[in-house]
Amino acid sequence: MPDEYNFAYLDEQTKRMIRRAILKGVAVPGYQVPFASREMPMPYGWGTGGVQVTAACLVPADVLKVIDQGADDTTNAVSIRKFFQRTAGVAVTEATGEASVIQTRHRIPEQALREDQILVYQVPIPEPLRFLEPRETETRKMHALEEYGLMHVKLYEDIARHGQIATSYAYPVKVEGRYVMDPSPIPKFDNPKLSDCAALQLFGAGREQRIYALPPYTKVVSLDFEDHPFTPSKADHDCDLCGASDSYLDEVITDDQGGRMFVCSDTDFCRCRREAGHVGRLGGEA
Amino acid sequence: MTLQSATGPEFSQKIRAPDQPLLRVSGLTKRYGARIGCADVCFDLFPGEVLGIVGESGSGKSTLLSCLAGHLAPDAGEVIFATAEGPRDTLQMTEPDRRRLSRTDWAFVHQNPRDGLRMGVSAGGNVGERLMAVGARHYGAIRDKATDWLGRVEIAADRIDDRPSAFSGGMQQRLQIARNLVTAPRLVFMDEPTGGLDVSVQARLLDLLRGLVRDLGLSVIIVTHDLAVVRLLADRLMVMKGGRVVEQGLTDQVLDDPQHAYTQLLVSSVLQV
Ligand SMILES: [Zn+2]
Repeated sequence: MPDEYNFAYLDEQTKRMIRRAILKGVAVPGYQVPFASREMPMPYGWGTGGVQVTAACLVPADVLKVIDQGADDTTNAVSIRKFFQRTAGVAVTEATGEASVIQTRHRIPEQALREDQILVYQVPIPEPLRFLEPRETETRKMHALEEYGLMHVKLYEDIARHGQIATSYAYPVKVEGRYVMDPSPIPKFDNPKLSDCAALQLFGAGREQRIYALPPYTKVVSLDFEDHPFTPSKADHDCDLCGASDSYLDEVITDDQGGRMFVCSDTDFCRCRREAGHVGRLGGEA
Repeated sequence: MTLQSATGPEFSQKIRAPDQPLLRVSGLTKRYGARIGCADVCFDLFPGEVLGIVGESGSGKSTLLSCLAGHLAPDAGEVIFATAEGPRDTLQMTEPDRRRLSRTDWAFVHQNPRDGLRMGVSAGGNVGERLMAVGARHYGAIRDKATDWLGRVEIAADRIDDRPSAFSGGMQQRLQIARNLVTAPRLVFMDEPTGGLDVSVQARLLDLLRGLVRDLGLSVIIVTHDLAVVRLLADRLMVMKGGRVVEQGLTDQVLDDPQHAYTQLLVSSVLQV
């Protein structure tokens, strides 16, 4: 089976084209670089942008981890992981610390990343200004001229309508004091991890044909107002399985009587803590 | 003369004041192939002055306004604006500089409020946008200022979170005016601001504009085909025909004692209405 494909599915010419876009993105942090997105054997919305970036980065020695909403075992994560096992024959892992390339949708791992790791994000809509300015020609000009007042109009509307900045996912950030960037639909709880991260962070949008990047140790600031400062909120609980008080939690309905529990969205993080002996409120039963 | 009470002596004083011109336009020309958009337009605009540009449709007044405001690139001429750093030809500015000017010192009120408003953004957000564009980052202060400006254009404070689509045409136009004036622009361009509105709504908007112009000492270039609008608002008048300025002078003089045959025709046709 693997010999039917070029390594990591894409032909070398295409990978070179994508690598050029990645390098440009690294050189201009937060800037959206257009690239000629290829048809991938999976539908848009399944991370075709992230898959192409991952394919362009992978080498045979890599160890790949794929997560979706923090979990390694969702259909999306499993199918992408299998795709690269089949087409690149690379080793795979669920352990954040063992991975050299991590493709993710909607989360940043809790465990701090290292300089020898690459985090690849799947991005549905790369343009943070799109919400209020649908014209692509105009948004490109706004980026070029640093006309970002509109971004605060969006946050203003949030506060006017909800009494606070209700944007909790895809919360806009400013990169190195220059480009405003959509961090993909990660919870805003993860935003602080974008900044000063040791790993290379790459963002791929397949349908929109854009790649952007945060080189290691890039300064990333979440936009806010002086009287409504950014807060990386999470559910006000500890993990019911591992007791962690500082990880992003999913609420899980446990029975028909309205029983519920809060568990780490990062399943690898939670498992590691439990293996190390940490126990949450319901940890004994689970 | 009813005009005396409308414009008042303070304007004639302003006109005579020995200020440097705010805008100095010379030789402004725009051609569309062989056809003339506007040709060899020259005038000075002094601070606090309202200049009306009148003419029929096709007279070149809208082309002229677009060239002045930087929406259209003229073929020849100068548009020298007294920036904070001294006089500069805005036609020679880089695009970033001109765009910066458009959201700070300049403002533009479109005939159709939909062209000048963000219809998907609340009234408060519309007014606040220019503030945020120039760096305002205190939500409470932005909202206070938006509330104040809604009041100045006679929009109730409790409409601040409504979208313009829920407003009448007259309210939308007043909102557009508030959105433009909130950052105290030094020069305001207006393109038929009362066009497309019912007569009674027009009258109310005109009264409001006259009050704002007087209270704030606005410098305005207003294009209209409606002589009633310039009679009420403009200190000076420029009459255009076929892309050229055929007559200019103090509004009362031009309207009450028109010299050019075309102006005479314009004035008489308005009297027939
Ligand atoms: Zn846990």
